[in-house]
Amino acid sequence: MQRFSIVSLARNALTGHKDWPRYWRSPKPKAEYDAVIVGGGGHGLATAYYLAKEHGVTNIAVLEKGWLGGGNTGRNTTIVRSNYLWDESAHLYEHSLKLFEGLSQELNYNVMLSQRGVLNLAHNLGDVREGIRRVNANRLNGVDAEWLGPAQVQEFCPIVSISPSMRYPVMGATLQRRAGVARHDAVAWGFARGADALGVDIIQNCEVTGFDIREGRVRGLRTNQGDIATGKVGIVAAGHNSVLCEMAGVRLPIQSHPLQALVSEPIKPVHPCVVMSNAVHVYVSQSDKGELVMGAGIDSFNSYAQRGSFPVIEHQMAAVLELFPIFSRLRMLRTWGGIVDVCPDASPIIGRLPVEGLYLNGGWGTGGFKATPGSGHVFAHTIAREAPHPLAAPFAFERFTSGALIDEHGAAAVAH
Amino acid sequence: MLLIPCPWCGERDETEFRYGGQAHLARPLDPHATGDAEWAEYLFMRDNPKGWFRERWNHAAGCRRWFNMVRHTVTHEIAAVYKPDDPKPELPE
Repeated sequence: MQRFSIVSLARNALTGHKDWPRYWRSPKPKAEYDAVIVGGGGHGLATAYYLAKEHGVTNIAVLEKGWLGGGNTGRNTTIVRSNYLWDESAHLYEHSLKLFEGLSQELNYNVMLSQRGVLNLAHNLGDVREGIRRVNANRLNGVDAEWLGPAQVQEFCPIVSISPSMRYPVMGATLQRRAGVARHDAVAWGFARGADALGVDIIQNCEVTGFDIREGRVRGLRTNQGDIATGKVGIVAAGHNSVLCEMAGVRLPIQSHPLQALVSEPIKPVHPCVVMSNAVHVYVSQSDKGELVMGAGIDSFNSYAQRGSFPVIEHQMAAVLELFPIFSRLRMLRTWGGIVDVCPDASPIIGRLPVEGLYLNGGWGTGGFKATPGSGHVFAHTIAREAPHPLAAPFAFERFTSGALIDEHGAAAVAH
Repeated sequence: MLLIPCPWCGERDETEFRYGGQAHLARPLDPHATGDAEWAEYLFMRDNPKGWFRERWNHAAGCRRWFNMVRHTVTHEIAAVYKPDDPKPELPE
């Protein structure tokens, strides 16, 4: 891997930037690997990177049926935060945020983390109480959090309307200053480049079509590029986790839904932070290109179509205009959908499945991007040591039998 | 955008309906004889097919009645609509 630096930039400038090497190889799959990761999105690539980097497991492959980061990694609204309510989630997401804070250095690749602050607005007494409770819970867990009144909200984000005549007036907000946004593609590419440099085979256009399971143990998998023998498979396929697990005979508590997002035409910088609101339901930030990036709620029905219904977008726009009257003449450029795998408790599943050698990292639902490095880090540990990472243990598949659910519908912020 | 044919009211806009998830889930008949694994299966585990799916819908802003529908989860094509006590239709090819 050629390291990026001011010197390499200057050297390549002299040759017209024609000699930059490719970020990763495109190898043919080998007949056998020590472990195979199914899914080449951010979480899968991060898992491979940390497997190679921290556990010395380098004879591994990442299989991606499309192109790298072409699923939800390239479709989300890039928000990074860790202000979750329960201890288990706060620790996991905070672990991830801390990894994000050093990620550009770690990967020698600029993931453009911008810790501009995330506001979660409160619009009624219930929201206010829930918000203050969450601030207190966050601080007890060492996660930075503050409670702001309406005037402080407007001071922090001057374009938010705090007019008391609004149907759902702003009554306050939680603020996490260390939260913000990061470049989603860069996270996938940075992890891919780093993993490739450590010897990981990243194989695109490679779709898994079945598993070789004998005596309750994974022996390998079948793909459209041939059979691959391996004793460990990590499934990290987001919306398609259920499809893959069904091939392995495992039924999941997961439902796949479209989650839509949209961007406006680019404008000059007007929006200094990230604003989220559960009650009127909008989350909006401004990208470095100047587009407003907005996320909608999920479509209620199960779907794998990567598109949603228009009323969801209409509802979203109504909420935007309520909170930001300044955007009333802005035109929207494009909308799209990703398929999110939603768990009943809005928390992920990280750990072993009932087939030996088969592991799942999924169910991240509507909020997986923020967890990308942390998710990969704890999942790599879980696969390499064949025992859950302490931060991942509460998120085991078995919690649906034990009943120890981690209900994060409030902090997940996207309406389910 | 779905145009859903309610078996009582005819075709209506998707926004009039609420989704009820997978159809034909039977609650265990004897709760006292049901173990944790079976409860987990009934409460949480769900089919999530990429293809035809039998699902429940409620015409919330209409006749307010429940019904079942066979819909494709990729094309969103609707193959059948039937009342809760009607026999299960076969899934299309």
